[in-house]
Amino acid sequence: MKNNKEKPKDKLVVDHDTYITSVPKDTGMHVKREVQGEMKAFIPGQILDIMVKEGQAVSEGDTLLILEAMKMRNRIYADCTGNVSRILVKKNERVVKGQLLIVIKTEE
Amino acid sequence: MMNIGDRIKKWFQKTTKLTMGGGENAIIKQKERGKMFARDRIEYLLDEGTFVETDLFVEHTAKDFGLKGKQLPADGVITGYGKINGRNVCIFAQDFTVAGGSLGEMHALKITKVMDLAGKMGVPLIGLNDSGGARIQEGVSALSGYGNIFIRNSRYSGVIPQISVILGPCAGGAVYSPALTDFVFVVDNVSKMFITGPQVIKTVIGEDISQEELGGAHTHYTRTGNVHFFAKDEQECFAQIKTLLDYIPSNFRSGIPEIKTDKPLREFNIEKIVPHDSKEPYDVRDIIHSIVDNSDFLEVQGGWARNIVVGFARLNGRSIGIVANQPDVLAGVLDVDSSDKASRFVRFCDSFNIPLLTLVDMPGYLPGTDQEYAGVIRHGAKLLYAYSEATVPKITLILRKAYGGGYIAMCSKHLGADLVFAWPTAEIAVMGPEGAANIIFKKEIDESLDPEKTRQDKIREYIDKFANPYVAASKGYVDAVVNPDETRDMLIKAFDMSATKDEKLPEKKHANMPV
Repeated sequence: MKNNKEKPKDKLVVDHDTYITSVPKDTGMHVKREVQGEMKAFIPGQILDIMVKEGQAVSEGDTLLILEAMKMRNRIYADCTGNVSRILVKKNERVVKGQLLIVIKTEE
Repeated sequence: MMNIGDRIKKWFQKTTKLTMGGGENAIIKQKERGKMFARDRIEYLLDEGTFVETDLFVEHTAKDFGLKGKQLPADGVITGYGKINGRNVCIFAQDFTVAGGSLGEMHALKITKVMDLAGKMGVPLIGLNDSGGARIQEGVSALSGYGNIFIRNSRYSGVIPQISVILGPCAGGAVYSPALTDFVFVVDNVSKMFITGPQVIKTVIGEDISQEELGGAHTHYTRTGNVHFFAKDEQECFAQIKTLLDYIPSNFRSGIPEIKTDKPLREFNIEKIVPHDSKEPYDVRDIIHSIVDNSDFLEVQGGWARNIVVGFARLNGRSIGIVANQPDVLAGVLDVDSSDKASRFVRFCDSFNIPLLTLVDMPGYLPGTDQEYAGVIRHGAKLLYAYSEATVPKITLILRKAYGGGYIAMCSKHLGADLVFAWPTAEIAVMGPEGAANIIFKKEIDESLDPEKTRQDKIREYIDKFANPYVAASKGYVDAVVNPDETRDMLIKAFDMSATKDEKLPEKKHANMPV
């Protein structure tokens, strides 16, 4: 538990004012925002069933696949309307938390 | 018929056998695991020759799953009382060499007995936890045992200080007892705390994580906020416990300890510690070390929520609790974790009549969706609540920045601070210069022919008018602007004057504190 005695050099902005300080690595500020259309596994588990095909049109709220975890069949829903551009997993595949499963491209 | 000599011999034989716990081999195995034998721990922690054991001869009455007739010395826990630095304490130490220190009905009964003793006599309770958990063979009786302990942890909270020391596994339901106590001590590579262990996590969720990473001492000291003190080995841990006890009273009625010590070891020199640029950081502990007796400061939860510093010190011999923003980390902002850390500490001090010193230097709350979604609103409310509820002497010293809502939260006059002092470097304002310029003077800047110059002018204007303690002082929100060189003297006088404070809260059953 030694303090590191080097001078802090990070910047932190509070109400438009910038301060020199140290920003610990696990501070939320470093977390990337979720990207719409990138459907990720919120829990580790096993892909039980995939309900869509590449190229298929989907609406927001449609069930894309079933992820079995914690002894439950968890549904992964589309978070936007568009076309399934990539399916990165297969039936029965084991996935880790945060793993990218399906990408939906929205119409622009 | 046995004569007296034989009776004494029999007692001696029984006692000797029982005090060997699980036997010599089991004790050797315990040491090989890098852990001390439970009885050795008590001997090490308590003043020599002061320990009196209770309930050595208690036996379990279980009949199922192979336990019938099985001898479990002292039913796996050593209980009793003794002294630490001359003060009475009650103590229990789970004996891992006996059935893995598992908790059964009688094991729990022994613990609740010594808890009741501590509560009645008004002495600190110290629990040395080292147990595999519930004694499964005793079934629901083991669970009832835990329940009986939790209710006492809760009901004695605020009556006597309760200290938990995690000297081995403390998992599942068992870990809630320490969570209900005032201070939790952990030791590197020895302590393990979690609700569901790695095996269960692996089976049910499929995640792979080691015991140490999930619930080891370092994890808890730096990430979870569940513990208060971290030691590299058991001996260091016991030394920390003794140090802590010297700062706190034995019960809520006994006065705060007074130990005469010397002046701070280092000279106070504000220009050497605080940078000229108010946006630059410094370590607030340097200030603390320069004003408290002997430069002794016992930091609590030093590894977590490091943007706020809390801990114990003495001024003129009497204990105080200190809460201070830390400009070195996250510019000393308030956020979810620091609000939790500070409010728990404030409430402990208030429970035991320990006066509070608050040092303020912070620019506001940590911005971001992470904080908002984590509930910075309800967590931040805890700090406002804790300071408002506290009736101990509350002395505040504003060192530098005190902006916006954070100014209120850091024990301002409005939350009942008895005396608020400020250094000439204090900036008590609704927000910082750049933020203010962008908002208050937005129209002028936008309409100006040279917006950047106007902006800089307005920032300077704002700094001149508001980045100081005098506006707040003119309203009586600051009682005195003090010469930094006289800080220690001013504080000693302030706490001396406040020692006879008597303040009562409106009558109620109990408050609904935001949690």
